[in-house]
Amino acid sequence: MVDRILGRAPRSIAEAPVEPASEPSAEDRKAAVWARVQLARNLRRPRTNELLAVMADEVIELHGDRLFGDDGAIVACFARIGRHRVAVVGQQKGTDTEENIRRNFGMPHPEGYRKAMRVMALAERCGLPIVTLVDVPGAHPGPESEERGIAEAIARSVGLMTQLRTPIVAVITGEGGSGGALAIAVGDVVLALENAVYSVITPEGCASILWRTSDEAATAALAMKMTAAEQRALGVVDQVIPEPEGGAHTDHEETGRRLKAAIIGELDRLVAIPVDQLVEQRYRRYRSLGAYTEVVTEVPAPPAPPRSGLADRLRGLLEAGSRAIPAPLQVGRRDEPPAREDV
Amino acid sequence: MPVKFPSFRSRRDAFPEKLWTRCPSCSEQLFNKALEKSLHVCPSCGHHFRLTSSDRLEQLLDPGTFEERDAGLLSQDPLGFIDQKPYPDRLAAAKLTTGLADAAVWGFGEIEDQPVAILVMDFGFMGGSMGAVVGEKVARAAEGALAARVPLIIVSASGGARMQEGTMALMQLAKTMAAIERLRAARVPFISVMSDPTTGGVFASYAATGDVNLAEPNALIGFAGARVGAGTIGQELPPGFQRSEFLFSHGFVDRVVARADLRRELAGLLRYLHPSRTEAASG
Repeated sequence: MVDRILGRAPRSIAEAPVEPASEPSAEDRKAAVWARVQLARNLRRPRTNELLAVMADEVIELHGDRLFGDDGAIVACFARIGRHRVAVVGQQKGTDTEENIRRNFGMPHPEGYRKAMRVMALAERCGLPIVTLVDVPGAHPGPESEERGIAEAIARSVGLMTQLRTPIVAVITGEGGSGGALAIAVGDVVLALENAVYSVITPEGCASILWRTSDEAATAALAMKMTAAEQRALGVVDQVIPEPEGGAHTDHEETGRRLKAAIIGELDRLVAIPVDQLVEQRYRRYRSLGAYTEVVTEVPAPPAPPRSGLADRLRGLLEAGSRAIPAPLQVGRRDEPPAREDV
Repeated sequence: MPVKFPSFRSRRDAFPEKLWTRCPSCSEQLFNKALEKSLHVCPSCGHHFRLTSSDRLEQLLDPGTFEERDAGLLSQDPLGFIDQKPYPDRLAAAKLTTGLADAAVWGFGEIEDQPVAILVMDFGFMGGSMGAVVGEKVARAAEGALAARVPLIIVSASGGARMQEGTMALMQLAKTMAAIERLRAARVPFISVMSDPTTGGVFASYAATGDVNLAEPNALIGFAGARVGAGTIGQELPPGFQRSEFLFSHGFVDRVVARADLRRELAGLLRYLHPSRTEAASG
């Protein structure tokens, strides 16, 4: 596992199309990664609604978490994609200021994740596969989110998705920002659009903690290996879907067409797998992510008695010789550690 | 390179010249020996100092019952991460100062003669951050509790996911929750104890989802760092925001428990949360 991760990590750099074949300088690589982060954040990038408009023949949206309210940052719906009837959960940002306020700039509150959980559990009950479309800078970090239990909502959603007895295809379409993204990104297979990014914290947040200035965001983005190709090499993402020339925002139609083909391919494969096997495979997928070494732990042996130094041994021999009779008792006392180093 | 095994020797032994600690809450000068006797709680204002994992285990478990498991798990550097220092250097420094292999220790033990699987986190090791080793230990603790059919207790003390492991650290949320959900499905109880601090990815995974959630008084518990939240949203924060009592009043913590009562509370809860054992014992 470790070898796989470490062994594949260098290849990711070779694979990434932005990297020129010759050794690029650190500054060039930083600029290339930062360009991708900007593409992932592009305001005109297609989100759930735009992608569904291309991919789905029918969309029936469902609203509300039955506990508090309806979160515009998360869209939950039934949809027909090719021959598959599925449940779709995805994040949505606005296309103008007014819609952005309604959708809270794509930052979900707890009720968004609880709506997602409600619809995903319903999908499981009705035997519908689940498709998730993930593009979130992060969960909403304000006081009202904390009051309503944002952490609990994320944890429960992640936990639910690891257990659901129905196929799940998760797609990182833009920004995969930490727990707020993972909450709806646990899947049997995880796809990513070419210019999507996925990270444990925003590059700005990482830089302000580890470099003590958010000016180093590009450096942090490079260090976190957050591009889709690098995530593919780490095994977090299974397949990278190429975007049209210039990025997904230049051609929603073509982006949706390519994504639809990939999603249908995965759904065809996953619905054929017996559900017990599917859930076990998903458990193994997440159970095996992470790099560590394991030293076989034995019961630690009792500490060896301190070895007598050369000087001690010589003194012992001399003393023994001077008395003509060996003095084993004195030699035997060496099991007590010396009070001082006497060399 | 020789392998360093975790040691349970108190960290303070290495610096015997330090005799006094100033309470950050009431500024009282406290004699360390007395502080140790009061379970590292300030006798004058009740401030709960952070505990090392070995002190925590000693306070909670019956003496001599702890059997550590998976002590040989060591972090790797999957990203080749370098910020102002390379990640392996940070790991080596943390190992040296704490004597631990990583930020969590787990094993089996007993609380008032009731067997438990217990995992405790140590904030002293890179802020208690969760990378692959912590995630793996939590998953193994849950799987171990399931196999032995004993309740699981996790005492959290963590700033969240370990940034130096990137999305590999983020994936530990899914790894730990997958194991915790299996435990729940098998009806084995799980008690989450949150100590200061329990934030970020650790709070947004196993720490928030105990069958019973306990918290030490006035511990910082929250999803987003207070600075991150206030900076992003530009909003006044309510008083006591992200403290144990705030979570309690919003319904996410069952009980706020002072450290002196924690062992007794856990023992009391275990008698309800493992009814099959109680029946066997009394019958």
